[in-house]
Amino acid sequence: MKHLLSSHDLSVEEILGILDVADHMAEINSRSLPKVPALRGKTIASVFFEDSTRTRLSFETAAKRLSADVMTFMASSSSLNKGESLRDTIETLSAMGVDAMVIRHKSSGVPLTMTKWTHAAIINAGDGWHQHPTQGLLDAYTVTREFGTKDSLSSRTIAIVGDIKHSRVARSNIDIFRRLGAHVVVVAPPALLPHNIESWGVEVRNTIDEVVGEVDALYMLRMQLERMDSAIVPKLAEYCALYSLTPERAARMGNGAILMHPGPINRGVELIVDPADVPGSRILQQVTNGVNVRMAVLFTLLGSGATTVLQQGGES
Amino acid sequence: MSISEVSGTEILGADDVSRAITRISHEIVERNPDLSPVVIVGMQTGGVWIAQRLRDTVNRIAESVEVPLGAVDISMYRDDFSLRPVVLSAPTDIPLDLTGRTVVLVDDVLFTGRTVRAALEALNDHGRPRAVQLAVMVDRGHRELPIRPDYVGKNIPTHFSDEVSVGPDGVFVTAVTQ
Repeated sequence: MKHLLSSHDLSVEEILGILDVADHMAEINSRSLPKVPALRGKTIASVFFEDSTRTRLSFETAAKRLSADVMTFMASSSSLNKGESLRDTIETLSAMGVDAMVIRHKSSGVPLTMTKWTHAAIINAGDGWHQHPTQGLLDAYTVTREFGTKDSLSSRTIAIVGDIKHSRVARSNIDIFRRLGAHVVVVAPPALLPHNIESWGVEVRNTIDEVVGEVDALYMLRMQLERMDSAIVPKLAEYCALYSLTPERAARMGNGAILMHPGPINRGVELIVDPADVPGSRILQQVTNGVNVRMAVLFTLLGSGATTVLQQGGES
Repeated sequence: MSISEVSGTEILGADDVSRAITRISHEIVERNPDLSPVVIVGMQTGGVWIAQRLRDTVNRIAESVEVPLGAVDISMYRDDFSLRPVVLSAPTDIPLDLTGRTVVLVDDVLFTGRTVRAALEALNDHGRPRAVQLAVMVDRGHRELPIRPDYVGKNIPTHFSDEVSVGPDGVFVTAVTQ
Protein backbone atom coordinates (compact mmCIF):
# COMPACT_ATOMS: atom_id res chain seq x y z
CA MET A 1 0.00 0.00 0.00
CA LYS A 2 1.61 3.25 -1.12
CA HIS A 3 -1.24 5.80 -0.72
CA LEU A 4 -4.55 5.97 1.12
CA LEU A 5 -6.95 7.74 -1.20
CA SER A 6 -10.24 5.94 -0.73
CA SER A 7 -11.79 3.26 1.43
CA HIS A 8 -12.43 1.35 -1.80
CA ASP A 9 -8.67 0.91 -2.29
CA LEU A 10 -8.50 -1.21 0.88
CA SER A 11 -9.31 -4.92 0.96
CA VAL A 12 -11.14 -6.24 4.02
CA GLU A 13 -7.84 -7.86 5.08
CA GLU A 14 -6.05 -4.50 4.84
CA ILE A 15 -8.81 -2.80 6.83
CA LEU A 16 -8.59 -5.41 9.59
CA GLY A 17 -4.79 -5.19 9.45
CA ILE A 18 -4.87 -1.43 10.09
CA LEU A 19 -7.34 -1.90 12.96
CA ASP A 20 -5.01 -4.51 14.50
CA VAL A 21 -2.06 -2.12 14.28
CA ALA A 22 -4.29 0.51 15.92
CA ASP A 23 -4.55 -1.79 18.96
CA HIS A 24 -0.75 -1.56 19.29
CA MET A 25 -1.01 2.21 19.02
CA ALA A 26 -3.72 2.29 21.68
CA GLU A 27 -1.32 0.51 24.04
CA ILE A 28 1.38 3.10 23.28
CA ASN A 29 -1.08 5.96 23.83
CA SER A 30 -2.06 4.51 27.21
CA ARG A 31 1.51 4.87 28.51
CA SER A 32 2.77 7.74 30.61
CA LEU A 33 5.34 8.29 27.86
CA PRO A 34 3.29 7.86 24.68
CA LYS A 35 6.00 8.04 22.05
CA VAL A 36 7.93 5.46 20.03
CA PRO A 37 10.80 5.95 17.57
CA ALA A 38 9.13 4.03 14.71
CA LEU A 39 9.08 6.87 12.14
CA ARG A 40 12.21 8.70 13.27
CA GLY A 41 13.65 10.60 10.31
CA LYS A 42 10.41 10.64 8.32
CA THR A 43 8.78 13.94 7.46
CA ILE A 44 5.02 14.25 7.21
CA ALA A 45 3.34 17.37 5.86
CA SER A 46 -0.27 18.26 6.58
CA VAL A 47 -1.60 20.15 3.61
CA PHE A 48 -5.04 21.52 4.34
CA PHE A 49 -6.93 23.63 1.84
CA GLU A 50 -10.09 23.42 3.94
CA ASP A 51 -10.65 24.22 7.61
CA SER A 52 -10.15 21.44 10.12
CA THR A 53 -9.56 21.08 13.82
CA ARG A 54 -9.61 17.45 14.74
CA THR A 55 -8.40 15.78 11.56
CA ARG A 56 -5.31 17.93 11.18
CA LEU A 57 -4.40 17.87 14.88
CA SER A 58 -5.14 14.16 15.02
CA PHE A 59 -2.74 13.41 12.15
CA GLU A 60 -0.08 15.72 13.58
CA THR A 61 -0.38 14.14 17.02
CA ALA A 62 -0.19 10.70 15.44
CA ALA A 63 2.94 11.64 13.49
CA LYS A 64 4.63 13.11 16.57
CA ARG A 65 3.89 10.06 18.73
CA LEU A 66 5.69 8.01 16.09
CA SER A 67 8.66 10.46 16.22
CA ALA A 68 8.16 11.75 12.68
CA ASP A 69 8.85 15.40 11.88
CA VAL A 70 5.75 17.41 11.04
CA MET A 71 5.28 20.29 8.62
CA THR A 72 2.06 22.23 8.54
CA PHE A 73 1.00 23.90 5.33
CA MET A 74 -1.70 26.50 5.77
CA ALA A 75 -3.36 27.39 2.48
CA SER A 76 -4.64 30.67 3.87
CA SER A 77 -1.15 32.03 4.63
CA SER A 78 0.76 30.48 1.72
CA SER A 79 2.03 31.59 -1.67
CA LEU A 80 -1.21 30.28 -3.16
CA ASN A 81 -2.33 33.82 -2.39
CA LYS A 82 0.39 35.10 -4.74
CA GLY A 83 -0.95 32.90 -7.49
CA GLU A 84 1.24 29.81 -7.07
CA SER A 85 -0.49 26.78 -8.55
CA LEU A 86 -1.48 23.69 -6.62
CA ARG A 87 0.99 21.62 -8.61
CA ASP A 88 3.91 23.97 -7.94
CA THR A 89 2.99 24.01 -4.26
CA ILE A 90 3.01 20.22 -4.03
CA GLU A 91 6.24 19.90 -6.03
CA THR A 92 7.89 22.48 -3.78
CA LEU A 93 6.95 20.57 -0.65
CA SER A 94 8.03 17.35 -2.30
CA ALA A 95 11.45 18.81 -3.16
CA MET A 96 12.06 19.42 0.55
CA GLY A 97 11.98 15.67 1.09
CA VAL A 98 8.56 14.90 2.45
CA ASP A 99 7.69 11.24 2.97
CA ALA A 100 3.94 11.65 3.29
CA MET A 101 1.38 14.37 2.67
CA VAL A 102 -1.93 14.45 4.44
CA ILE A 103 -4.28 16.43 2.24
CA ARG A 104 -7.72 17.94 2.56
CA HIS A 105 -9.28 19.77 -0.37
CA LYS A 106 -12.76 20.91 -1.31
CA SER A 107 -12.56 19.22 -4.70
CA SER A 108 -13.03 15.48 -5.12
CA GLY A 109 -10.07 13.73 -6.70
CA VAL A 110 -7.33 16.22 -5.77
CA PRO A 111 -5.44 13.65 -3.64
CA LEU A 112 -5.41 11.21 -6.58
CA THR A 113 -4.11 13.91 -8.91
CA MET A 114 -1.37 14.76 -6.40
CA THR A 115 0.04 11.24 -6.59
CA LYS A 116 1.23 12.10 -10.10
CA TRP A 117 3.25 15.08 -8.86
CA THR A 118 5.21 13.59 -5.97
CA HIS A 119 6.85 10.45 -4.70
CA ALA A 120 5.47 11.07 -1.23
CA ALA A 121 2.71 8.86 0.12
CA ILE A 122 -0.59 10.71 -0.20
CA ILE A 123 -3.20 10.32 2.52
CA ASN A 124 -6.65 11.68 1.79
CA ALA A 125 -7.98 13.57 4.80
CA GLY A 126 -11.18 14.50 2.98
CA ASP A 127 -11.80 15.53 -0.61
CA GLY A 128 -15.11 17.20 -1.44
CA TRP A 129 -18.05 14.83 -1.17
CA HIS A 130 -15.88 11.94 -2.22
CA GLN A 131 -14.00 10.19 0.60
CA HIS A 132 -12.55 10.52 4.11
CA PRO A 133 -11.01 7.08 4.53
CA THR A 134 -9.35 7.55 7.94
CA GLN A 135 -12.72 8.63 9.39
CA GLY A 136 -14.23 5.38 8.12
CA LEU A 137 -11.36 3.41 9.63
CA LEU A 138 -11.52 5.08 13.04
CA ASP A 139 -15.29 4.64 13.16
CA ALA A 140 -14.95 0.97 12.24
CA TYR A 141 -12.34 0.71 15.01
CA THR A 142 -14.71 2.39 17.47
CA VAL A 143 -17.65 0.12 16.64
CA THR A 144 -15.73 -3.16 16.47
CA ARG A 145 -13.92 -2.49 19.76
CA GLU A 146 -17.13 -1.30 21.42
CA PHE A 147 -18.95 -4.51 20.56
CA GLY A 148 -15.95 -6.77 21.16
CA THR A 149 -15.98 -8.25 17.67
CA LYS A 150 -12.62 -7.35 16.18
CA ASP A 151 -13.06 -8.84 12.75
CA SER A 152 -16.70 -8.37 11.86
CA LEU A 153 -19.81 -6.25 12.27
CA SER A 154 -22.23 -8.94 11.12
CA SER A 155 -25.62 -8.83 12.85
CA ARG A 156 -24.99 -5.18 13.77
CA THR A 157 -27.27 -2.41 12.50
CA ILE A 158 -25.83 1.08 12.08
CA ALA A 159 -28.02 4.04 11.16
CA ILE A 160 -26.42 7.08 9.53
CA VAL A 161 -28.62 10.14 9.90
CA GLY A 162 -28.34 13.43 8.05
CA ASP A 163 -26.95 14.91 4.90
CA ILE A 164 -25.83 11.72 3.12
CA LYS A 165 -25.62 13.38 -0.29
CA HIS A 166 -22.90 15.90 0.54
CA SER A 167 -21.03 13.71 3.02
CA ARG A 168 -17.64 12.16 2.33
CA VAL A 169 -17.84 10.62 5.80
CA ALA A 170 -21.01 8.76 4.81
CA ARG A 171 -19.36 7.41 1.66
CA SER A 172 -16.27 6.09 3.45
CA ASN A 173 -18.19 4.77 6.45
CA ILE A 174 -20.97 3.03 4.53
CA ASP A 175 -18.40 1.25 2.38
CA ILE A 176 -16.33 0.03 5.34
CA PHE A 177 -19.27 -0.80 7.64
CA ARG A 178 -20.95 -2.83 4.88
CA ARG A 179 -17.84 -4.76 3.94
CA LEU A 180 -17.33 -5.67 7.60
CA GLY A 181 -20.82 -7.17 7.51
CA ALA A 182 -22.98 -4.49 9.12
CA HIS A 183 -26.52 -3.68 8.03
CA VAL A 184 -26.50 0.03 7.24
CA VAL A 185 -29.60 2.21 7.35
CA VAL A 186 -29.54 5.76 6.05
CA VAL A 187 -32.02 8.32 7.31
CA ALA A 188 -32.39 11.57 5.39
CA PRO A 189 -34.90 13.70 3.55
CA PRO A 190 -35.05 12.74 -0.15
CA ALA A 191 -33.29 15.96 -1.16
CA LEU A 192 -30.25 14.96 0.94
CA LEU A 193 -29.93 11.46 -0.54
CA PRO A 194 -27.74 10.84 -3.59
CA HIS A 195 -29.64 9.93 -6.78
CA ASN A 196 -28.10 6.47 -6.96
CA ILE A 197 -28.71 5.51 -3.33
CA GLU A 198 -30.34 2.21 -4.43
CA SER A 199 -26.94 1.00 -5.61
CA TRP A 200 -25.26 1.65 -2.24
CA GLY A 201 -26.62 -1.49 -0.61
CA VAL A 202 -28.25 0.35 2.28
CA GLU A 203 -31.77 0.54 3.64
CA VAL A 204 -33.43 3.97 3.37
CA ARG A 205 -35.77 5.20 6.11
CA ASN A 206 -37.53 8.51 6.30
CA THR A 207 -37.42 9.62 9.93
CA ILE A 208 -35.14 9.11 12.89
CA ASP A 209 -38.11 7.93 14.96
CA GLU A 210 -38.37 4.77 12.83
CA VAL A 211 -34.83 3.64 13.67
CA VAL A 212 -33.72 5.14 16.98
CA GLY A 213 -34.92 2.25 19.12
CA GLU A 214 -33.66 -0.52 16.84
CA VAL A 215 -30.04 0.23 16.03
CA ASP A 216 -26.74 -0.76 17.65
CA ALA A 217 -25.11 2.49 16.60
CA LEU A 218 -26.68 5.82 15.74
CA TYR A 219 -24.33 7.86 13.59
CA MET A 220 -25.35 11.52 13.35
CA LEU A 221 -23.83 13.54 10.50
CA ARG A 222 -23.23 17.25 10.69
CA MET A 223 -25.60 19.43 8.72
CA GLN A 224 -23.14 20.82 6.20
CA LEU A 225 -24.59 24.26 5.90
CA GLU A 226 -21.57 25.54 4.00
CA ARG A 227 -22.03 22.91 1.28
CA MET A 228 -25.72 23.48 0.64
CA ASP A 229 -27.94 25.74 -1.33
CA SER A 230 -30.36 27.14 1.15
CA ALA A 231 -33.10 25.92 -1.17
CA ILE A 232 -32.46 22.24 -0.35
CA VAL A 233 -33.75 22.48 3.19
CA PRO A 234 -36.15 25.40 3.25
CA LYS A 235 -36.66 25.43 6.99
CA LEU A 236 -34.12 24.12 9.45
CA ALA A 237 -36.93 23.66 11.97
CA GLU A 238 -38.69 21.21 9.66
CA TYR A 239 -35.48 19.22 9.29
CA CYS A 240 -34.95 19.15 13.06
CA ALA A 241 -38.49 17.91 13.66
CA LEU A 242 -37.78 14.71 11.73
CA TYR A 243 -34.02 14.18 11.90
CA SER A 244 -32.49 15.71 15.05
CA LEU A 245 -31.56 13.72 18.11
CA THR A 246 -33.64 15.19 20.93
CA PRO A 247 -33.43 14.13 24.59
CA GLU A 248 -36.71 12.21 24.12
CA ARG A 249 -35.35 10.30 21.14
CA ALA A 250 -32.03 9.65 22.86
CA ALA A 251 -33.93 8.10 25.76
CA ARG A 252 -35.42 5.56 23.34
CA MET A 253 -32.01 4.25 22.21
CA GLY A 254 -31.56 0.55 22.98
CA ASN A 255 -29.57 -0.79 25.90
CA GLY A 256 -25.92 -0.82 24.85
CA ALA A 257 -26.56 1.21 21.71
CA ILE A 258 -23.99 3.90 21.02
CA LEU A 259 -24.12 7.44 19.65
CA MET A 260 -21.45 8.62 17.21
CA HIS A 261 -20.70 11.87 15.39
CA PRO A 262 -17.66 12.76 13.26
CA GLY A 263 -17.55 16.34 14.58
CA PRO A 264 -17.75 19.23 14.55
CA ILE A 265 -21.20 19.19 16.13
CA ASN A 266 -23.84 21.76 15.24
CA ARG A 267 -25.47 21.93 18.64
CA GLY A 268 -29.14 22.63 18.37
CA VAL A 269 -29.27 21.29 14.79
CA GLU A 270 -28.51 17.56 14.44
CA LEU A 271 -27.89 17.15 18.19
CA ILE A 272 -30.45 18.90 20.35
CA VAL A 273 -29.59 16.60 23.24
CA ASP A 274 -26.30 17.33 25.00
CA PRO A 275 -24.10 14.31 24.13
CA ALA A 276 -22.69 14.44 27.66
CA ASP A 277 -26.17 13.39 28.81
CA VAL A 278 -26.27 10.32 26.54
CA PRO A 279 -24.67 7.35 28.32
CA GLY A 280 -23.98 5.63 25.00
CA SER A 281 -22.14 8.61 23.50
CA ARG A 282 -18.77 7.60 22.04
CA ILE A 283 -18.11 10.94 20.36
CA LEU A 284 -14.96 11.69 22.39
CA GLN A 285 -13.86 8.05 22.15
CA GLN A 286 -13.95 8.51 18.37
CA VAL A 287 -11.48 11.38 18.72
CA THR A 288 -9.16 9.27 20.91
CA ASN A 289 -9.43 6.37 18.49
CA GLY A 290 -8.67 8.75 15.63
CA VAL A 291 -5.11 9.17 16.91
CA ASN A 292 -4.67 5.40 17.28
CA VAL A 293 -5.95 4.70 13.78
CA ARG A 294 -4.01 7.53 12.10
CA MET A 295 -0.82 6.28 13.79
CA ALA A 296 -1.65 2.86 12.35
CA VAL A 297 -2.16 4.32 8.86
CA LEU A 298 1.10 6.31 8.98
CA PHE A 299 3.00 3.32 10.31
CA THR A 300 1.50 1.02 7.66
CA LEU A 301 2.38 3.41 4.84
CA LEU A 302 5.81 4.55 6.06
CA GLY A 303 7.00 2.08 8.66
CA SER A 304 8.34 -0.55 6.40
CA GLY A 305 10.60 -0.06 3.45
CA ALA A 306 9.37 3.39 2.52
CA THR A 307 12.19 5.76 1.70
CA THR A 308 12.44 9.39 0.80
CA VAL A 309 13.18 10.06 -2.84
CA LEU A 310 14.54 13.54 -3.14
CA GLN A 311 14.18 14.46 -6.77
CA GLN A 312 13.09 17.37 -8.83
CA GLY A 313 9.46 17.28 -9.80
CA GLY A 314 7.90 13.88 -9.81
CA GLU A 315 6.90 11.37 -12.34
CA SER A 316 4.14 12.74 -14.48
CA MET B 1 14.70 -16.68 13.36
CA SER B 2 11.86 -18.43 15.12
CA ILE B 3 10.11 -20.64 12.62
CA SER B 4 7.04 -22.42 13.80
CA GLU B 5 7.26 -25.52 11.61
CA VAL B 6 9.64 -28.12 12.92
CA SER B 7 12.44 -28.92 10.51
CA GLY B 8 16.19 -29.36 10.36
CA THR B 9 18.56 -31.05 12.77
CA GLU B 10 17.34 -31.51 16.33
CA ILE B 11 19.84 -29.96 18.75
CA LEU B 12 17.68 -30.11 21.89
CA GLY B 13 14.63 -32.30 22.50
CA ALA B 14 11.51 -31.38 24.45
CA ASP B 15 13.04 -32.76 27.68
CA ASP B 16 16.23 -30.78 27.17
CA VAL B 17 14.18 -27.61 26.71
CA SER B 18 12.26 -28.30 29.94
CA ARG B 19 15.51 -29.00 31.84
CA ALA B 20 17.05 -25.78 30.50
CA ILE B 21 14.02 -23.80 31.71
CA THR B 22 14.27 -25.40 35.15
CA ARG B 23 18.02 -24.69 35.35
CA ILE B 24 17.66 -21.06 34.24
CA SER B 25 14.86 -20.59 36.80
CA HIS B 26 17.21 -21.79 39.57
CA GLU B 27 19.92 -19.45 38.27
CA ILE B 28 17.50 -16.52 38.38
CA VAL B 29 16.61 -17.32 41.99
CA GLU B 30 20.31 -17.76 42.86
CA ARG B 31 21.39 -14.52 41.20
CA ASN B 32 18.55 -12.48 42.75
CA PRO B 33 18.44 -13.27 46.48
CA ASP B 34 15.68 -10.69 46.81
CA LEU B 35 13.07 -11.62 44.20
CA SER B 36 10.60 -8.89 45.11
CA PRO B 37 11.80 -6.36 42.49
CA VAL B 38 12.10 -9.00 39.76
CA VAL B 39 9.75 -8.99 36.78
CA ILE B 40 10.04 -11.44 33.88
CA VAL B 41 9.35 -9.97 30.45
CA GLY B 42 9.13 -12.07 27.28
CA MET B 43 9.83 -10.63 23.86
CA GLN B 44 6.93 -10.96 21.41
CA THR B 45 6.43 -13.51 20.16
CA GLY B 46 9.15 -16.16 20.54
CA GLY B 47 10.14 -15.23 24.09
CA VAL B 48 6.67 -15.11 25.59
CA TRP B 49 6.06 -18.82 26.21
CA ILE B 50 9.57 -19.22 27.66
CA ALA B 51 9.01 -16.23 29.96
CA GLN B 52 5.72 -17.76 31.09
CA ARG B 53 7.35 -21.09 32.00
CA LEU B 54 10.29 -19.37 33.69
CA ARG B 55 7.88 -17.28 35.77
CA ASP B 56 5.84 -20.37 36.75
CA THR B 57 8.99 -22.29 37.72
CA VAL B 58 10.53 -19.37 39.64
CA ASN B 59 7.28 -18.92 41.57
CA ARG B 60 7.26 -22.64 42.40
CA ILE B 61 10.88 -22.58 43.64
CA ALA B 62 10.49 -19.38 45.66
CA GLU B 63 7.19 -19.99 47.36
CA SER B 64 6.92 -16.71 49.18
CA VAL B 65 7.06 -14.40 46.14
CA GLU B 66 4.81 -13.91 43.12
CA VAL B 67 7.06 -12.71 40.29
CA PRO B 68 5.01 -10.73 37.73
CA LEU B 69 5.05 -11.43 34.01
CA GLY B 70 5.07 -9.05 31.06
CA ALA B 71 5.50 -9.04 27.31
CA VAL B 72 7.23 -6.48 25.11
CA ASP B 73 6.69 -5.88 21.40
CA ILE B 74 9.71 -4.27 19.78
CA SER B 75 8.41 -3.65 16.27
CA MET B 76 8.13 0.12 16.84
CA TYR B 77 11.77 0.25 18.01
CA ARG B 78 13.55 -1.67 15.24
CA ASP B 79 16.56 -0.11 13.51
CA ASP B 80 15.96 -1.92 10.24
CA PHE B 81 12.62 -0.62 9.02
CA SER B 82 14.07 0.08 5.63
CA LEU B 83 15.63 -3.37 5.32
CA ARG B 84 12.71 -5.68 5.88
CA PRO B 85 8.95 -5.62 6.28
CA VAL B 86 7.77 -5.12 9.81
CA VAL B 87 5.47 -7.81 11.10
CA LEU B 88 3.50 -6.75 14.13
CA SER B 89 2.98 -9.50 16.65
CA ALA B 90 0.93 -8.95 19.78
CA PRO B 91 0.95 -5.64 21.65
CA THR B 92 3.19 -4.86 24.58
CA ASP B 93 1.77 -5.80 27.96
CA ILE B 94 3.81 -4.39 30.84
CA PRO B 95 1.49 -4.37 33.86
CA LEU B 96 3.61 -2.13 36.09
CA ASP B 97 6.06 0.76 36.19
CA LEU B 98 9.54 -0.72 35.71
CA THR B 99 11.34 2.03 37.63
CA GLY B 100 13.57 0.38 40.21
CA ARG B 101 12.66 -3.15 39.12
CA THR B 102 15.01 -5.89 37.97
CA VAL B 103 13.83 -7.03 34.57
CA VAL B 104 14.66 -10.50 33.30
CA LEU B 105 14.25 -10.06 29.54
CA VAL B 106 13.52 -13.34 27.76
CA ASP B 107 13.91 -14.31 24.09
CA ASP B 108 14.16 -17.59 22.23
CA VAL B 109 17.29 -16.95 20.14
CA LEU B 110 20.11 -14.45 20.65
CA PHE B 111 21.70 -13.65 17.27
CA THR B 112 22.89 -10.18 16.18
CA GLY B 113 21.66 -8.54 19.38
CA ARG B 114 19.61 -5.96 17.51
CA THR B 115 16.23 -7.06 18.80
CA VAL B 116 17.64 -6.97 22.34
CA ARG B 117 18.86 -3.42 21.73
CA ALA B 118 15.37 -2.47 20.55
CA ALA B 119 13.84 -4.20 23.57
CA LEU B 120 16.07 -2.26 25.98
CA GLU B 121 14.81 0.96 24.40
CA ALA B 122 11.22 -0.26 24.58
CA LEU B 123 11.58 -1.19 28.28
CA ASN B 124 12.87 2.30 29.07
CA ASP B 125 9.56 3.76 27.91
CA HIS B 126 7.93 1.93 30.83
CA GLY B 127 10.23 3.33 33.49
CA ARG B 128 13.90 3.06 34.40
CA PRO B 129 14.74 -0.46 35.56
CA ARG B 130 17.47 -0.85 38.19
CA ALA B 131 18.92 -3.69 36.12
CA VAL B 132 18.08 -5.74 33.07
CA GLN B 133 19.22 -9.35 32.82
CA LEU B 134 18.96 -11.32 29.60
CA ALA B 135 17.78 -14.94 29.35
CA VAL B 136 17.77 -16.82 26.02
CA MET B 137 17.10 -20.43 25.10
CA VAL B 138 19.75 -20.40 22.36
CA ASP B 139 22.82 -18.23 21.85
CA ARG B 140 23.82 -18.79 18.23
CA GLY B 141 26.65 -16.19 18.04
CA HIS B 142 27.22 -13.54 15.29
CA ARG B 143 26.72 -10.56 17.60
CA GLU B 144 26.78 -7.14 15.95
CA LEU B 145 26.39 -5.16 19.19
CA PRO B 146 28.05 -5.36 22.65
CA ILE B 147 25.29 -7.48 24.18
CA ARG B 148 25.72 -10.70 26.18
CA PRO B 149 23.22 -13.02 27.82
CA ASP B 150 23.10 -13.68 31.60
CA TYR B 151 21.26 -16.99 31.30
CA VAL B 152 21.64 -19.38 28.32
CA GLY B 153 19.82 -22.63 27.58
CA LYS B 154 22.35 -23.77 25.01
CA ASN B 155 25.23 -22.24 23.04
CA ILE B 156 24.96 -23.40 19.43
CA PRO B 157 27.63 -22.41 16.89
CA THR B 158 25.89 -21.65 13.59
CA HIS B 159 26.54 -20.24 10.14
CA PHE B 160 25.11 -16.78 9.66
CA SER B 161 22.58 -18.06 7.13
CA ASP B 162 21.34 -21.02 9.23
CA GLU B 163 17.80 -20.89 10.54
CA VAL B 164 17.21 -21.73 14.18
CA SER B 165 13.77 -22.62 15.45
CA VAL B 166 12.86 -22.91 19.12
CA GLY B 167 9.67 -24.34 20.60
CA PRO B 168 8.47 -26.37 23.59
CA ASP B 169 9.17 -29.52 21.56
CA GLY B 170 12.82 -28.73 20.86
CA VAL B 171 15.48 -26.68 19.14
CA PHE B 172 16.21 -27.27 15.47
CA VAL B 173 18.86 -25.87 13.14
CA THR B 174 18.33 -25.82 9.37
CA ALA B 175 21.26 -25.11 7.06
CA VAL B 176 20.27 -22.68 4.31
CA THR B 177 22.56 -22.84 1.32
CA GLN B 178 22.92 -19.59 -0.55
